[in-house]
Amino acid sequence: MAFPKYFTFWQKLGMHGLRLTAWLVLAFLMLPILVIIPLSFNAEPYFTFTQGMLAFDPEAYSLKWYAEIINDEKWLLAIKNSFFIGFWATLIATVLGTFAAIGLSNPVMPWQRFIMAVLLSPMIVPLIITAAGMYFFYTQLGLTGSYLGVILAHAALGTPFVIITVNAALSGFDYSLMRASLGLGATPIYTFFNVIMPLIRPGVISGALFAFITSFDEVVVILFLAGPEQRTIPRQMFSGLREQINPTILAVAVLLVAVSAMMLFTIEYLRARGERIRTGV
Amino acid sequence: MSQPGQTADPASYSSASLSSGLTDEEIAQSRKILRRRKALASAFVIPLMLFILIAFVAPIATMLYRSIYHPTVAQLIPNTLEALDSWDESGDSLPDDAVLNLFAVELQQLAEDRKSGKLAEEINRGLPGSSSVIKSTARKIKKLDPELLASEGGQRLMALKPQWQQIDIWRVIKKAGPKFTDRYYLTALDLERNPAGEIEQRSTAIYIKLSLKSLWIAILITGLTAVIGFPLSYYLATAPSKVANSLMVFVLLPFWTSLLVRTTAWIALLQTNGVVNSFLQSIHVISEPIEMLYTQFATVIAMTHILLPFMILPLYSVMKGIDPSYLRAALSLGARPIPAFIRIYLPMTIPGLSAGALLVFIISIGYYITPALVGGTEGQMISNIIAFHMQSSNNWELAAALGSLLLALITFLYWIYDRLVGISNLKLG
Repeated sequence: MAFPKYFTFWQKLGMHGLRLTAWLVLAFLMLPILVIIPLSFNAEPYFTFTQGMLAFDPEAYSLKWYAEIINDEKWLLAIKNSFFIGFWATLIATVLGTFAAIGLSNPVMPWQRFIMAVLLSPMIVPLIITAAGMYFFYTQLGLTGSYLGVILAHAALGTPFVIITVNAALSGFDYSLMRASLGLGATPIYTFFNVIMPLIRPGVISGALFAFITSFDEVVVILFLAGPEQRTIPRQMFSGLREQINPTILAVAVLLVAVSAMMLFTIEYLRARGERIRTGV
Repeated sequence: MSQPGQTADPASYSSASLSSGLTDEEIAQSRKILRRRKALASAFVIPLMLFILIAFVAPIATMLYRSIYHPTVAQLIPNTLEALDSWDESGDSLPDDAVLNLFAVELQQLAEDRKSGKLAEEINRGLPGSSSVIKSTARKIKKLDPELLASEGGQRLMALKPQWQQIDIWRVIKKAGPKFTDRYYLTALDLERNPAGEIEQRSTAIYIKLSLKSLWIAILITGLTAVIGFPLSYYLATAPSKVANSLMVFVLLPFWTSLLVRTTAWIALLQTNGVVNSFLQSIHVISEPIEMLYTQFATVIAMTHILLPFMILPLYSVMKGIDPSYLRAALSLGARPIPAFIRIYLPMTIPGLSAGALLVFIISIGYYITPALVGGTEGQMISNIIAFHMQSSNNWELAAALGSLLLALITFLYWIYDRLVGISNLKLG
């Protein structure tokens, strides 16, 4: 690092200290995630590095925990369920959330602040409270132990993220464009898809990704609402961690890290594009 | 805004419209347009509003209701409870024979309907040990003649189990009767009603102690994320934007990674034979593995790791907006580095720091999964006891009362957050 000439010795030392601290914090953030990657290839059923692994003995590494996932019906069902529930929850959350964000960002919207606070509250209320309340209420409707119940619950948890991202994409949206389109005789549906949607698409997609990952990652509501039929990946991991820990969970975890990394890069790409659309650069 | 309704002048131009230069008709016209635009905006929001009301708000309301509404006993033995109304439970005489007879008849009915176990469970909560009394009485009372019970059921009860002669069990039955009760809130606050109806401290303070521990853990985690997150955010905010953007991935990847994955990672790290212990042993810092998993330490370190991005993101975005020339100006005007940093830079980061701290605190106080998996018995938080009462002890009303109290705290913090930061300004990476 090049310092300005006028820096004293202590200032330089301080800057080096800051850099070292920053890198240590980054290591603290990343190492726990990185450490599980080699551990998932452990040939032994342990959660730790064996002597052989440290000596880079190829015998000590194996793909058997990944094979175990593919051969285990429970994991396959869990993977199927996670994507199925995630897909429908995301669809509901994205459609309803996008429309709501369009209404809410309109300056004439009455009670805007209060409604916003209510609609975003699923993100803030602790999941254990949400899950307990849903258990009480959904039981009365016969929705516990059903896909519908879990999908509705996850959709409710995902909508706040859609509202936030679409709302951000709409900041600076010129409502006269919409009125102009309507005034020139376009139908509301045509206006929506051809005037509003192109401008907010990056926000909608990143909101949908957030909603999907919320459902994909959620376990507390599943614990309370889902029956054995609706077991998802996190639910399967949760019981695995409680009952019998073996590296299959680490293999699943590594696959999930890969999914997260893909989502992250998609979101960052969309954000950069959204910024370009808004700022016109 | 002009208000035509306020005009006192009956002439064709109202005073209000004179001041704005519009006719009443034009005002009415523009009002109509505004109303229509409001209706259009609302039409976009209403579908989600209804969905959230049904899928989310109604469940929460049900939980609040469940914390005070408990009709089980009232539905099981309605006639007995009605008759018990006139009985003075603070005295030292048993209820009248007529009441006891009614109870005997109803208990027989419950035994036949296989519902006596439910009653036993309910009464046992108020008087430990009464469960077996009720269950064994119910078993035996099934064989007796109903007509006989209607006339001398009380005596039969006492013949079957002498405990029915004790006044306490009747007091508890009467106390369990009302459909609406504050009992669960009192329990949640470690209070109870004595037989005279006064509120007093319970002998064992479980929930207050646990709540204080949860608060302490949440404060500790908030403090740790602030202390750890501050230097990194500062470094990222002052680094060239190319460096900062690529390093930001290391903050965002953990943020996007499933919290179960991160919790799993901490289990792998902290186990007795885990990575941390093996490492420390191999460099001869320790000779015996330290027990780290299933402790409060494990809860704190894993949650600090999980929540750190929620501190760094708002802090970074605020620091990014601070002009570094302020600090340079202070230094060149002769301020010494540390006082300059504390008095010039730090106050400007307060918006980010408070947003991050509130968010981390709100999330951590209600955390369930991580304490449940790595916390053992000492690392449990208030959410875990709510889950315990929902799933294991089946005391749903107590779970609802504890949940409602936690919800009240969260709502208050949410309100502060909304006023301070604005909830829609939340940073999602």
